[in-house]
Amino acid sequence: MNTLALLGSSLRQSLRIMTRNKVGFAGLCLTLFIILGAYVAPSFVPADLEAHVEEIYEGPSAKHLLGTDYQGRDTFTQIVHGGRDVIYVAALAALLTLAIAVTLGSLAAVLGGWADNLINAAGELVLTIPHFPLLLVLAGFIRLTSPSALALIIASIGWGSLMRTIRAQVLSLKERDYVQAARALGLPTSHLLFREIMPNMMSFILVQFVMSMTGAIYNQTGLIFLGIIPMVTNNWGVMINLAWGQGAIFSKTSTWYLMSPIAIIVLLQFSLISMTRSLDELFNPRLRVGE
Amino acid sequence: MATLQAPTVPKAPPGMAAGLWRKFWRNYYVQRLIKGIVTVFVVTTLTFFLVRLMPSNPLEVYIQAQLSQGIPLADAQAMAAAIYRVDLSKPIYVQYVEYLAGLVQGDFGRSIASVGTPVSSIVLRFLPWTLFVVSVSLIVSFTVGVLLGTLMAYRRESWFDHILSAFASIMSAIPNYVVGMLIIVYFGLRLKLFNYSEIRGSLTPGMVPGFNLKFFADALYHASLPIITYVLTTIGSWMLTMKSSTLSTLGEDYVTVARARGLTDSRIQMAYVGRNAVLPLFTQLAISIGMVVGGSTLIETIFTYQGIGHQLSSALITRDYPVMQAVFIIICASVVAANFLADALYGWLDPRIRTGGR
Repeated sequence: MNTLALLGSSLRQSLRIMTRNKVGFAGLCLTLFIILGAYVAPSFVPADLEAHVEEIYEGPSAKHLLGTDYQGRDTFTQIVHGGRDVIYVAALAALLTLAIAVTLGSLAAVLGGWADNLINAAGELVLTIPHFPLLLVLAGFIRLTSPSALALIIASIGWGSLMRTIRAQVLSLKERDYVQAARALGLPTSHLLFREIMPNMMSFILVQFVMSMTGAIYNQTGLIFLGIIPMVTNNWGVMINLAWGQGAIFSKTSTWYLMSPIAIIVLLQFSLISMTRSLDELFNPRLRVGE
Repeated sequence: MATLQAPTVPKAPPGMAAGLWRKFWRNYYVQRLIKGIVTVFVVTTLTFFLVRLMPSNPLEVYIQAQLSQGIPLADAQAMAAAIYRVDLSKPIYVQYVEYLAGLVQGDFGRSIASVGTPVSSIVLRFLPWTLFVVSVSLIVSFTVGVLLGTLMAYRRESWFDHILSAFASIMSAIPNYVVGMLIIVYFGLRLKLFNYSEIRGSLTPGMVPGFNLKFFADALYHASLPIITYVLTTIGSWMLTMKSSTLSTLGEDYVTVARARGLTDSRIQMAYVGRNAVLPLFTQLAISIGMVVGGSTLIETIFTYQGIGHQLSSALITRDYPVMQAVFIIICASVVAANFLADALYGWLDPRIRTGGR
């Protein structure tokens, strides 16, 4: 009972802290709205992917909120149905990036010696090789048919800078008094790492998770735009690719077909980046001045 | 150091040589150079084995394709060998060493898509355009970004600061190829500020490259849109980093001392604050170089600019593996070289880096 009341009050407090930064809170709400929309809305909006030759490249109307594409299909329906893949790949890629970076970064900091040197050298390597071309080349050899495989590839090359920062953070936190005290008590390294050090990096790690998501969105939509990975479903990236390839840019009404996926991607990126401000305030008590 | 070591020279010359040797290896520039060479080597190795060892690798696919056209196995293997510059009868590690030896001599094999063309000539034809656009963009973005960032720091909380901060955070949310598309659609096709069908490509058809004003003007005209795109998408981070770096430098003791000594504001701003505040930005230069060169695959495709990035994406679509392999190695080598230059510049500007922070 007591814990429930505690949970309730801490939730209320969290909400109060998050709403303090207006831009951040707006970003958070918009992000949740887009993600919910991408996952829930498809069950309410039927996917009509039949070509309608008489309605090619129409502007917005009551029937077609965002106009139609080069085959006369409704753009709004495609936007509603095209978000799931993009968000799934972005979130999974960010999660895997984080997992790799946290594991390697803390291993390097805790073990030191040759393991540290080796992990650092590997990190430097994936940082130096330009990511997008590397991704292109890998996608050229490995048939990326599933979104999960794409996320894994994106994560496997994107952990470099995050690993470095985490290593540096762990190195500095490791010397703090409370960690030294825990060590003197004879607590195991895993306890030191996960109970003493990691909670102090939570705000940083969450912000990095969101930033990795934006990077993954750039990478996957870029890959799809260039037509390197097979386009099985109609997601936002595929829409941009088709709109560009089918000459949607040349008339005013058809531009809606190109601009709708662009607008939603930019909106999602912007909300994600703004959201980090609120997350930062929530998980980093030092930022809360005058409390 | 020199006076301390001098007496030991006659006694222990081998130790002296070892010391010199160690000193050589610990040298900042030598270490950077070795790192760069190792990176290029790893990239080369990676692409070599990707082409050879992946299941249904391009080499096998090529041989199968020839076989299905009724060409005997020996001939098909000979054709594959000519294209990929490998001798399939030899063990893989010999092929690998021979491949590396060929690369050092500038031999990248032959293109599949444009039959018989040496890959090196393709690389040489398209690389200068990318280097031109990328280096101009980086220099413009860095210089203007640093200047604006400094101004933002001195006029913080003014409308100037707020507008530029908002601009920087909005631009950080927009992928660079989307910026390119928006420029084409709104400034080119709707407002007609430039002729979209004319500005595409890297030169007006019929223009002969040469050392004359007409050629340079034309090259710059065609490069302007990619340059604007790169600058718009990278300048924000320069501004914000320079602003925060300047603000933290302003609080340093030596700035207070300079003020107390009664030095002029302009001298403090340039020689004391500016020079020190710009230093941390050099560590970001490496990331920015990678971003811009990496983004060239997308940006050059959008503007159909005939550079190396465009070649990479078209080689991937046509499955022209030798070209793809070579272009990727060249892209990595350019980034490594640019990083080395940036590091060297940083080491020269900030001796603390060179001497290992002592």
